Amino acid sequence: MKTVLKGISYIALLGTFVPAILVWAGTIQLETHKIIMIIAMVLWFVTAPFWMKK
Amino acid sequence: MTEDLTATTNRDVQSGSDNGEYERESVPESRLKGLRSFIGMYAGEHAAGTEFAIGPLFVAHGVTAFDVIVGLLLGNLMAVLSWRFMCAPIAVRVKQTLYYQLERICGVNLVSLYNLANGLMFCFLAGAMIAVSATAVGIPFNMQMPALGDWLPNSIGWIIAVFAVGAVISIVAAKGYDAVARFANIASPWMVLVFLACGIAALPSLGVHSPADFWVVAKKIVWTGAPIEGQSKYTFWHVFCFAWFCNLAMHVGMADLSIFRFAKKASYGYASAAGMYVGHYMAWISAALLYAVQLQNNPADTAVAPGPMAVNIAGLAGAVCVIIAGWTTANPTIYRAGLALQIIFRKWSRFRVTLITGAIATIGAIFPALVMKLLDFVALYGMILMPMGTVIFIDFWVLPKLGMKRFYAEVTGTSFNWAAGAAWILTLCCYWILYVQFHIANFFLFIPGWFIAAVLYIIGSKLYQKPSLA
Repeated sequence: MKTVLKGISYIALLGTFVPAILVWAGTIQLETHKIIMIIAMVLWFVTAPFWMKK
Repeated sequence: MTEDLTATTNRDVQSGSDNGEYERESVPESRLKGLRSFIGMYAGEHAAGTEFAIGPLFVAHGVTAFDVIVGLLLGNLMAVLSWRFMCAPIAVRVKQTLYYQLERICGVNLVSLYNLANGLMFCFLAGAMIAVSATAVGIPFNMQMPALGDWLPNSIGWIIAVFAVGAVISIVAAKGYDAVARFANIASPWMVLVFLACGIAALPSLGVHSPADFWVVAKKIVWTGAPIEGQSKYTFWHVFCFAWFCNLAMHVGMADLSIFRFAKKASYGYASAAGMYVGHYMAWISAALLYAVQLQNNPADTAVAPGPMAVNIAGLAGAVCVIIAGWTTANPTIYRAGLALQIIFRKWSRFRVTLITGAIATIGAIFPALVMKLLDFVALYGMILMPMGTVIFIDFWVLPKLGMKRFYAEVTGTSFNWAAGAAWILTLCCYWILYVQFHIANFFLFIPGWFIAAVLYIIGSKLYQKPSLA
């Protein structure tokens, strides 16, 4: 389960900065970027506390 | 005879330790933390709310692209080396808080004066971070943001937002270091990437569509070299020195003895690079790009308001990042302020003192000048506290070599080490002379100041210490 949560967390981190690169490349719009960042933020904070060491 | 650097430890343990924060004893080996704790803490603390303000302020003060790119690179390097070679070596040997170590050197009365200054400075620094978070909290309520030249609060909404943010941050800070570090560790990887994302996503709006465009845009649109009306002009040396002394109180000023006392070795001082190059390089540049987008959209909108700037490029995630960025830095800062003031209010619990420092920080945050004049405040803060860091450095490394005693107040039982007190106060006087008479800008005073404090403390100790104790 921890492995799954960790995987989701890493996907969340990718979802935090990769969309910005896509905006720069002209692949997606800024508004789409904002929506993806919200999803990534929620995923990160919901999953990271369960596996990040104290 | 080998000097016991932790001389007071056993007596304190026998008398009963305090609440587990080792405020008046050395940190035991079992409580030392690994390198990752420090990397996470520094990255989180320095990818902070104030980074959203500092980056734009350099733009406002008319620095050039070269000033920023190269000046920050070198200035941050000096900061890292200061942590590694000045602060960390003493921290890992003595393993005590800054305040307790100063008490052993300076005596309880002198350190009370220092702690009052230190605590207040940390309070106002935390206040700046609270204010940054408040700019994001106020967005859903269409709160009018303070302007670049504002000193006083501009609306009731601003005051309410500041108080709400300050109350939450203060309560969390009062819970202790472990809770703070845990939250910062979880938030910091995400925050860092939000800063990076903001900078990258802002590039197309500025006309940067390929790496080759960046330098041209950086010179012509972002860091033009022309200050905004009403702001003074900064140069390469301002940027270099600011990056170095931004955390002067922590490294050369030795405040991070309280942090690195939990380190296993002095090389952990390099962990500060995680903060410097992530927070004081990448984040400052990203924030500057956000500000440039704002100015491009409306040249009259010169307000340095991190919340709206971040929302403009990163939406809700940007607003949350600004709130958390201010929070994760205000918390350890209020914690440090609590440690500082507790040496004065010994009978009060750390929880109570930390809440009070949070309240002071919140009141300071009401005044927008704390953010708009942040660069000058940071300069002042470092300059005032640094001389006592010099005293600690000289006391530890130099006095024994000159046949004098370390921790003189502890050895003699004095409550006021006049050599240390004179070094501090006279250095502050010298700052004033250099500033007023010789017109040396406040950004540059800390360099001669360190040497002045060192010489004064050595001479003062030679005159003050009784030869019979050598």
